[in-house]
Amino acid sequence: MGKTIIPIGPYHPLLEEPELFTLTVDGETVVDIDMRMGYNHRGIEKLSEGMTFENSTFVVERICGICSTSHPFAYTRAVEDIFPMVVSMRAKYIRTIIAEGERIHSHLLWLGLAGHFLGYNTLYMWAWKLREEILDVMEILSGNRNSYAMFKPGGVRRDIKTEDIPICIKKINSILPTLNMLKKAVIDDPVLHARLKGIGVLSYQDAIDFSALGPTSRASGVARDARKDSPYGAYQEMDWNMIVTQNGDVFDKAVVRILEMFEAAKIMKYCLNNLPDGEIDAKIKDVPPGEGIGHVEAPRGETFHYVKSDGTNRPVRHKVRAPTFMNLPTYKATVIGQTISDATIILAAIDPCYCCTERVAVKNDRGKMLYNGQDLVGLSREKTEKIRRRMVGR
Amino acid sequence: MSLKLKALLKSPWVFHLSTGSCNNCDIEILDCLTPRFDIERFGMLLVGSIKHADVLLVTGSCNRMSVERLKVLYDQVPKPCLVVAVGTCTGSRGLFIDSYNCPVPLDKIIPVDVYIPGCPPKPEAMIAGIVKLIQKVGGP
Repeated sequence: MGKTIIPIGPYHPLLEEPELFTLTVDGETVVDIDMRMGYNHRGIEKLSEGMTFENSTFVVERICGICSTSHPFAYTRAVEDIFPMVVSMRAKYIRTIIAEGERIHSHLLWLGLAGHFLGYNTLYMWAWKLREEILDVMEILSGNRNSYAMFKPGGVRRDIKTEDIPICIKKINSILPTLNMLKKAVIDDPVLHARLKGIGVLSYQDAIDFSALGPTSRASGVARDARKDSPYGAYQEMDWNMIVTQNGDVFDKAVVRILEMFEAAKIMKYCLNNLPDGEIDAKIKDVPPGEGIGHVEAPRGETFHYVKSDGTNRPVRHKVRAPTFMNLPTYKATVIGQTISDATIILAAIDPCYCCTERVAVKNDRGKMLYNGQDLVGLSREKTEKIRRRMVGR
Repeated sequence: MSLKLKALLKSPWVFHLSTGSCNNCDIEILDCLTPRFDIERFGMLLVGSIKHADVLLVTGSCNRMSVERLKVLYDQVPKPCLVVAVGTCTGSRGLFIDSYNCPVPLDKIIPVDVYIPGCPPKPEAMIAGIVKLIQKVGGP
């Protein structure tokens, strides 16, 4: 039987965001895949370089709506890394609370969508109903459902009111029984066991070779978490567990995410109960020349920002590396050899976020994007060859 | 009002099109379908194919690569079709007005019926926007 090519996207009901995947299938089995990106490119790094340090926080917040905490968090850490400065404990606690709230809502969103892809719409509706509760907590704390605008270099923009804390803790406590029910609905369901176990296995070695991040790597037994490895915020102040499982299949990725939600709720409650007093803003005046990096464990993995300053009030260079950039190539390792019906859930299992990832777009002069991954690799090889020839000639 | 438009407004089926958004508006659109807001009660349904759609919800800042696709898809929608610009990016490009990859707002590309501003607009705002759309074209 000959090989068939199935395009998925760019506008496909399955995908939230525009993205083109080309699956080459032989009968039912996926033989090869290709990805074509660039539908979401907005030129954020360049925009950020034209703005002041304070305003850039809002630009990086719009990189991705779901990770709208982790990007500003990583960016502010990068700016704070340029010169020695002290962020107050209260600001650190508030940052941690917001980051963990985002983790719960992002994992619930993922769980719902995964259920939707599997034809398990009850799970979808339950998870999204529960997500509204956590969005209410975030609305009480920050005033927004998404895009919280809480971060600024040197601290946070808004304080948490003392009278809001008991309401938030009560709300978090009220979602825990439903979360437990959801956990049982996924972990004890024989249908999901049959459907997801042994599907899309990312082996320990592959996870290391592809440098997978976040829940994608932790499900394969790689204990890698920026919150433990290089603690930031208030994470070293309390006890919490890093969830690591060993099998690397889609089921384990779901288990890691579900159990992480409980840990996140625990961290949130601890921070709200033990919120220290003090200033929330260090009031930075000038940023001296230098460069800084910041990394933060986003719900999907480690987000990395690099900022270079030349002493003016704007960054000279701002580089973003989102977790999906590292996780997306693992799709190639996991999907080949699986059936086409599993291709979607295997893609969903890495929780892809394309709008985070699209930092580069190549255009030719007629205004159409022409290069796919292979072309870019070809271009890169050509360049190496050119440089090699020049060196030999000299 | 034409019979076609009257039939369309009874139960508007929506198709959601992201032209380079940050996901927030898309997630809030999906939120409208989930239990707290549940717009399916009013006969609104998110459909998978553009050829079944009556209302086009466009999100995002219309970057150069998506614009080509947007034009193709707009040609494929059965007419009459109503277009809603969800979010500030689509209406005025908002933060991305200086970006090299977001040349024009949506209404320079296709005709827009209703704008829903906000970054992201709340689900309540989106529902209010759709109600205004129905009133504008003369529905109940």
